[in-house]
Amino acid sequence: MSDTPQVQVKAITVVRSGGDKVFRGIMTAGGLTSLVVLSLIAAFLLYRGFEIFRDFGFSFLTTSEWNSGIDDIGTDARMGVAAMLIGSIVIALIAIVIAVPFAIGVSLFLEYYAPKRLRNLLTAILDLIAAVPSVIYGIWGYVVLMPLVVQWAKTLNDYVGWFPLFSVPAPIFERSPFVAGILLSIMILPITTSVTREVYSRAPKDQIDAAYALGGSRWGGIRTVVLPFGRSGLVGGAMLGLGRALGETIAVFLVLNLVFKVNLNILSSAGGNVASLIATRFGEASRYELKGLMAAGLVLFILTLIVNAIATAIVNRSARGAT
Amino acid sequence: MSAIDTIAVHVEPRRPWRHPLQNVTTVVAIGVLSALGGFGVVALTGLAGNLGWFVAFVGCAVIVSWIAGRFRSKVAAADLVATVVIGAAAATVLIPWSSLIYTVVSKGSEVIYTGWFTHDMSVTAADDAFNVGGVSHAIVGTLIIISIATLISVPIGIASAVYIVEIRGRFSKMVRFLTQAMSGVPSIVAGLFIYSTLVILVFEKFNALAGAFALSILMLPTVARTSEEVLKLVPEDLRSASYALGASQVSTTLRVTLPTVRSGLVTAAVLGVARIAGETAPLLLTSLYLVSFSTDLTGKPMATLPTYTFGNLQIGTENAVARAWGGSLTLLVLIFILFLLARLLAGRGSGK
Repeated sequence: MSDTPQVQVKAITVVRSGGDKVFRGIMTAGGLTSLVVLSLIAAFLLYRGFEIFRDFGFSFLTTSEWNSGIDDIGTDARMGVAAMLIGSIVIALIAIVIAVPFAIGVSLFLEYYAPKRLRNLLTAILDLIAAVPSVIYGIWGYVVLMPLVVQWAKTLNDYVGWFPLFSVPAPIFERSPFVAGILLSIMILPITTSVTREVYSRAPKDQIDAAYALGGSRWGGIRTVVLPFGRSGLVGGAMLGLGRALGETIAVFLVLNLVFKVNLNILSSAGGNVASLIATRFGEASRYELKGLMAAGLVLFILTLIVNAIATAIVNRSARGAT
Repeated sequence: MSAIDTIAVHVEPRRPWRHPLQNVTTVVAIGVLSALGGFGVVALTGLAGNLGWFVAFVGCAVIVSWIAGRFRSKVAAADLVATVVIGAAAATVLIPWSSLIYTVVSKGSEVIYTGWFTHDMSVTAADDAFNVGGVSHAIVGTLIIISIATLISVPIGIASAVYIVEIRGRFSKMVRFLTQAMSGVPSIVAGLFIYSTLVILVFEKFNALAGAFALSILMLPTVARTSEEVLKLVPEDLRSASYALGASQVSTTLRVTLPTVRSGLVTAAVLGVARIAGETAPLLLTSLYLVSFSTDLTGKPMATLPTYTFGNLQIGTENAVARAWGGSLTLLVLIFILFLLARLLAGRGSGK
């Protein structure tokens, strides 16, 4: 036995009571609900749409036609979501291209320009607007926005109509992807703005102050510190908006003319949208077509899930301060 | 006059926070010149209307501020232009939003009369005059479906947040990630899922309960995310104190942590409700629409304000569309009330 006492580090062991174990079990079950629900959605849509994937295989993604056949078991049917899928992406991209610059402007204004009171007021308005239901956007978009956008579309077509994107086969500008895209850009602005704003507000204050101290202007500080810092957050916010735009149904349904043909003339009155396809055809679908809609739903689900997962990963990373 | 008086008059407190006269005059000058320029552009070119004037005004403001800035330096010019552009972006986004609110209020208020809130559409056609029929069935239906969705998703949402913040189990990161990913599930997909399970398999007809389940899928991520943010605000000391007193994790969570953020959790629930109150697409696939008052949860479809609005819009005649505006206004007011409630509750600070 030595004289120096042996220092013993006692390991902390947690002894959980029975109540604790039950409680933790219940909370874990609650936490895993999201996993269960997401898997169930995928499983059931796959199960319901399985026949479609079996019958059409990969061509379900490359065919534009939507013909559910002459009877309930789909004789002579030819179905595919190519036009709808491309239409969805085109509209969502239009929405993003318009919404992102405004989201940057509004976030910068709220964080670095607006006086405190105005900022609080605008933030409250932003939160409120984010909760306006899509059916109201739809009715407003149809009645108020569309006539205006048709005017813009005509002007665009007059001046840059030689460019394939802005040319039209016939001078009908109502219910075009352009109209739907602009409406969606207004709808996704709140969510995109709230993400970019969150990221911009975390820009290192000391670096901005350093920019001022070196004689930089406010814009100088923003350009050299805030914008580079927030770049990945901006991408994440834009992608979250993209996910929303891809999944939006009712508003698009009301302002878009669904045509089962891939159309990249964004000003012309013919577009595609997976979600609207489901809403349009659901009511009068035959059994076989219903399966097609389930398959289309699965495609949409997977697409939005991928976009959202990437967006979430980017936002989470940038929120931790990595640039 | 004595000398002392003169000096006393001239001493003024400095106010460094006030804008120097030069800045104020610059802003006023840019504003006036741009407004004039805007009128000029509208008069000379194809731009027309208030919106055209606004575009011309912003364009002129950019040019004028650039020129004004150049009197000082290149840096100042860039700063001024950036200020104008950023301010213009903020002002521009207010245009569609205020237009939306204004249109809904002005068009919606045309059809609302005293019976609007007490009648349903069972004996009224969408085309009838505006002194008959109403949305009582849709309001009640919306409230019923929302309440059930809330009962389902609030406990699960809070449990999910407790799992992430309190339990900190093995799957915490995954649960958070999945919850975020779940918030992006398109509403129509949630509707399709419930249709393919509850509507086809379980009840074999469209029903209100299915609608509530579809909405709870959409509501869950909002509740979970907000509750998580709120729970994170509970100081660690509070938990440690509770543990030090010998409390188990159950009683710490249920008696200390959750009561501390009670109002925050209510806010989470209200935000979740506001998220789903206007959902239309999933309801079209699950609870559908009914013209009459009904409280039957599993046997019949049920009317809601969004499907009422959408249905009337689909009918498309003048009076039906007017009713759709009325439905929109009612829905909007309902959501705004919920939001005020959330703000009030959040503003009360964390409970006792």
